[in-house]
This record gives sequence, structure tokens and C-alpha cells, in this order.
Amino acid sequence: MRRTLFESFAHGPLTEPSPGAGEAELAELAQSVNRAARTTLGRSLSIRQVDAGSCNGCELEIHALSNAFYDIERFGLRFVASPRHADVLLVTGPVTKNMREALLRTYNAMPEPKWVVAAGTCAANGGLFAGSYAVAGGVKNVIPVDLHISGCPPRPVELLRGLLALLERP
Amino acid sequence: MTVLGHIPYISLAGGHRPWPRALVGDEGWHAAIDRLAAGELTLLGLWGDAGTVHMALLDEASDIAVLSYTCNDGKYPSVGANHAPAVRFERAIRDLFGLDAAGSPDTRPWLDLGFWDVEQPLGKRAAARKTASYAFLPAEGEALHQVAVGPVHAGTIEPGHFRFTANGEHIVRLEQRLGYAHKGVESIMAGASLEQAAKLASRVSGDSTVAYAFAFAMAAEAALQVQAPPRAQYLRALAAELERLANHLGDIGAICNDASFALMHAQTSILRERTLRAADACFGHRLMMDVIVPGGVAREISPDGISQVRGLLAEIRKIFPRLVELYDNTASLQDRTVTTGIVRPEYARRFGAGGFVGRASGRKFDARRMPGYLPYGDLAFETPVLEAGDVNARVWIRIREVEQSLSLIEQILGRLPGGKIRVSAEPKRAECEGLALAEAFRGDVMAWLRFDADGRVARCHLRDASWFQWPLLETAIKDNIVADFPLCNKSFNCSYSGHDL
Ligand code: SF4
Repeated sequence: MRRTLFESFAHGPLTEPSPGAGEAELAELAQSVNRAARTTLGRSLSIRQVDAGSCNGCELEIHALSNAFYDIERFGLRFVASPRHADVLLVTGPVTKNMREALLRTYNAMPEPKWVVAAGTCAANGGLFAGSYAVAGGVKNVIPVDLHISGCPPRPVELLRGLLALLERP
Repeated sequence: MTVLGHIPYISLAGGHRPWPRALVGDEGWHAAIDRLAAGELTLLGLWGDAGTVHMALLDEASDIAVLSYTCNDGKYPSVGANHAPAVRFERAIRDLFGLDAAGSPDTRPWLDLGFWDVEQPLGKRAAARKTASYAFLPAEGEALHQVAVGPVHAGTIEPGHFRFTANGEHIVRLEQRLGYAHKGVESIMAGASLEQAAKLASRVSGDSTVAYAFAFAMAAEAALQVQAPPRAQYLRALAAELERLANHLGDIGAICNDASFALMHAQTSILRERTLRAADACFGHRLMMDVIVPGGVAREISPDGISQVRGLLAEIRKIFPRLVELYDNTASLQDRTVTTGIVRPEYARRFGAGGFVGRASGRKFDARRMPGYLPYGDLAFETPVLEAGDVNARVWIRIREVEQSLSLIEQILGRLPGGKIRVSAEPKRAECEGLALAEAFRGDVMAWLRFDADGRVARCHLRDASWFQWPLLETAIKDNIVADFPLCNKSFNCSYSGHDL
């Protein structure tokens, strides 16, 4: 163990430079966020993730945000276990009908002010599963969405860019 | 001996490849059930169709066959009554097709949680009625209490519900309730073009997207009687082994993390990320979605990708052995993983559990060997097997498989043939069917499909390895403490989406 620890000290950090906030995401947010909320929350956000029936591909890339390369916590973004502690609800999946109620309840359990980020093509419009008897077809059909991050799945850098836009919102 | 050698059947369906599909009556269906119950055959899958149920059977030594039973009044003799691994399939068939397993020990719904607008969406499609509340299995005793978890969990995890009955710290019974990720894949498959269906198959379980695309492509190619060119076969195997590597590395770290050993997680996450970056460099997608397509592969590998993969092999070979040593020498970690969550070998055999769940409990089955598919017949690799069946054994199987995948990737790069990467896989204007198995990181994925006379996919059924592993988690957790559940669960790492479909 000692060797592994020493080596971690010895080599330089693996962390990627900040990708900056995405233009498109900033534009989308400009409409939905007010300044007061920003002063209240400062530059840190707690994120609660809900898988509303994804294929689990989106989750894999959300997990990657915590590895040494993306190290999401350095931006003041952190994942929390309870919706009661969360500012942001990060939702993936086409929202299956079987998950609709659970998603709604999670959203309702969050204190104001709160934002919803829909990550991935499925969360945007149901993706390839749109039109099935078993899906609601996109997060916005169930709860209001402030920001969409596209991709199938979105790459970690794209997720980061979108989430940073929340911090740097106008 | 062939599977059908012991089973009386009425006739063989035409155009089912590469193994036969036999139409059976009561006699043949019961003969199959008897052989399953006696442990002479393994259930590979049980699924519905219009007025029919199909059952795929495996003779572990040598053969596969599908039996089809035509239902009278929407009923067929229950397989689950004598062979427990079939029970959840029968419940799912009833929810989707409205076909009843006569004599089934459990008639509760499985995928239909009462939120759909239609009932039997692949059957009569009636408007949904109000459903009765779900009755969990009873557990009685003075000091017992229940803990209900999910479908929304505390971490970034797929949705599912777990109902624990505990006596103090100790779990007396775990009952799973799944279906939350059900997206109606089979209904969208019906009538899809081959291209669309392949994309959909790639999104059944994102962590196994390569394996699903592989299984689907092989099933389609079997039905259409085409074969992917040699270069494509090797590129497919490269993608499949990179996927296995990425998942095993991620899992080994995540299991240790659930035993509060974060250092391992931090280190294996770096290796996992490097694997995904190498995959991205090769094929232009980190998870390699839509790379494998019927007829071959969609993209040529980039030269830069090949050198990145070589660099990856060197790095993993340098760092991984140290991590393995660390795992082996950390007593506090071993204390959590050794003798925790034991799957008994007879259960693994009975359920036909694949992947690390089966192999950690003495079941050697590996679809890359039996039935076997190209290019694995040309490559040298071992399938590790252990007997202990605990979390520790499931970690060790992954460790050994990481080593095997490294060697396989090296062999693949060393002999990558030249030539075309794709042949045309145009559906013919005739009904035909195909079946294939591919070995995903968590076990065998089965793909079955039928083309209609217009060249569209009439039916497609995809069966994840998790179907046979989820029930074993229920048995493995018994008498363990509630706090060890996340650890056990991660050591199984079953797919919710792959199961719920
Ligand atoms: S967007 Fe793609 S990766 Fe994400 S859940 Fe949907 S199919 Fe899976």
C-alpha cells in the first residue's frame, strides 16, 4: 500500500483542465435562473441523481465524473444521497411509467430553490424508447427541466460543461 | 447427445438457425421440464410470442435447442412449478402476453407494476384495470422488522426495490421487486428495421452494449446466413474484451469501495478511464455503442487507437498486479469479503448462473467456448473457476479475467487480419429466425429474433445473464448483516435495465 501511496504523490495530477461552461447550456439557463438564487447558494451545488429507467450507460459516465481525471468535487459540485440535501436533480433515462411516480416524489422532496438537469438523449425526448407504452418520453413530461445535456451517453466532459453552466449561470 | 434426442417433438420449424426449434405438445414440454428439474439440461431462456411460448435449452456439453409450445386458451404447463429459475420468466410472460403458466407457484405480476395504460401490451392490449396491491412474501417471527429500499437509491444506481426482513442486524429474507426500468423494448422491436433493432439491442444494458450488439448481430447473421469477415470478427472481440476490462476494473474498485476501502476504487477508476479513452480512440465512442452491426463492424479502427491500446496494456500490466497484492494483503478488506454472501454451487448450477457469479461458485460455462463463436476459437484463454462462492471469490474471478482479457487483446492485435470490415446483411423476403449467445462481462447474453417476409424484425427477445443471478442474490444475502448488502449487491452487479427490458 505504501508504494501505491508514494507513487500517487510522485506523479503529477491526472486532473483535466476545466472545460468551462458550455455556451448552449448558459443560454438555456439564462431564461430559468434568477440572481437571488445564485447569491443564496454561492458557487457550490449538491446534486441528487435519479435513474428514471436509463440503460445504465448514462450512469457509467456520471460515475466517471468522480474519477481522478474529472474530479467533479473541485468545482464545488458534489453528489448527495438524499433529495432533501440537493439543489440539483440530475435525471437520466426516458422516464419509464414505472418510475414516473418515484421521480415526481424525489423532486417534491427537494427544497427550493432547485434545478433539474436532464442528461442524455433518453432524458431529453425518450430516445429510441419514445412511443413505447412503458415510457413517459423525456423528463420534461413529468417535471420542469432547466437544462438538457445531450449525448448517448453524454461524455463526462459534456456533463461537466453542462453542470458548470449551472454555477456560472447569468 | 443432442437436446432433441431426449425430447419428443411434433415437427421442426423451418428457417431457425443455427440450432433447431421444435414444436412440441404436452409430452415434449413435460419431458423438457423433467430434464431441467433433474439437472440434465440448463434453462437458457423462456419467452412469449403470439399464442406461443418458447424455451431455449442448453446441454452444457454440446448442444442447444428451442422448444415451442402452442397455448390452448392462453395456457401452458408451468416450468417454474418444477424448476424455480423459470418462475420470473413466467410472471413476465403473463404481464406482457397474457399467457398463463398453469400450476405456477407464483402468479403475482413481475414487470407490470400497475402504472401502464395497457394490460398485456404484447397480447390483447386491453385498457389497464386497477391492480391489487403487491403482496410480498411473508416472514413471521417476534423480533422481525422490515426495511424497504428503493426504487430510488442513495447513490448513482439503477432503480429497483428491495424488501428486507431482518432480525436485528441479520437478514432473514430479501425479496426483490424489479421492473422499474422496463421500457417496452420488445414492443419497439416488433416491426423495426434491422438497423433500428440493432441500435435498440445496443441500449438494453449500457455497460454491456458491445456484448448485446455482438449477440444481436450473430443472431441476425445466423438467420440471414451471412458471416462477418475475419477482420470484423477480430475487431468485435477487441471491443468485447475492452468492455470486459473496463467493467471488471470498475467493479473491483467499486466492491472495495463498498467495504470502505476507497484507495482501490480511486486506482481502478483511473485504469477504467484509461480503458474507455483507448476504446474511444479506437472506435470513436467510449462505451463503443453501435460499433458492432449485423454484417461486421461499422467503423474501421483508427491507427492511433491501436497504439493507445498497446499503451493501455503496458500500464495495466504495471499497476494492476500491485493493486491485486494490495487487495490480498489488506486484512480489513478481506474481513469484509471472505465468507460474505455465499452462493452455493448447486444453486449456481441449477440456475445456470453465468459470469463471475457462476464461476465463483464452480460453474465453468463461458459462451465464448460453448457454443463458442469466432474469433475465440483461434485465441488462447482460460476461464477461471473457484468454489467458495463468496464476495471474495467473485472479486478473484474478475481479477483473473482482467488478466485473460489483457492476453486476449494482445493476441487480437498481434494477428488482426486485413480485408473488409463489413458484408451486406440485407434481410431476405422470407421468414427466418436466428439465435445467438455472447459472453458479456457479467455472463451470457442470449439474442433471438425472427424476420418477417417484409424483411423487418417481427420479434426479438434479449435475455440478460441477470435473470439467473438476481434470484441467487436473494439466497446469498440470507443470514448476512444488512450493512453487507451493498457489498454483496456490487459483487453481483446485476443489470436492472437488462433484466427489466
Ligand atoms: S441516452 Fe443513451 S446511454 Fe443514456 S440511457 Fe439513453 S440509451 Fe442509455
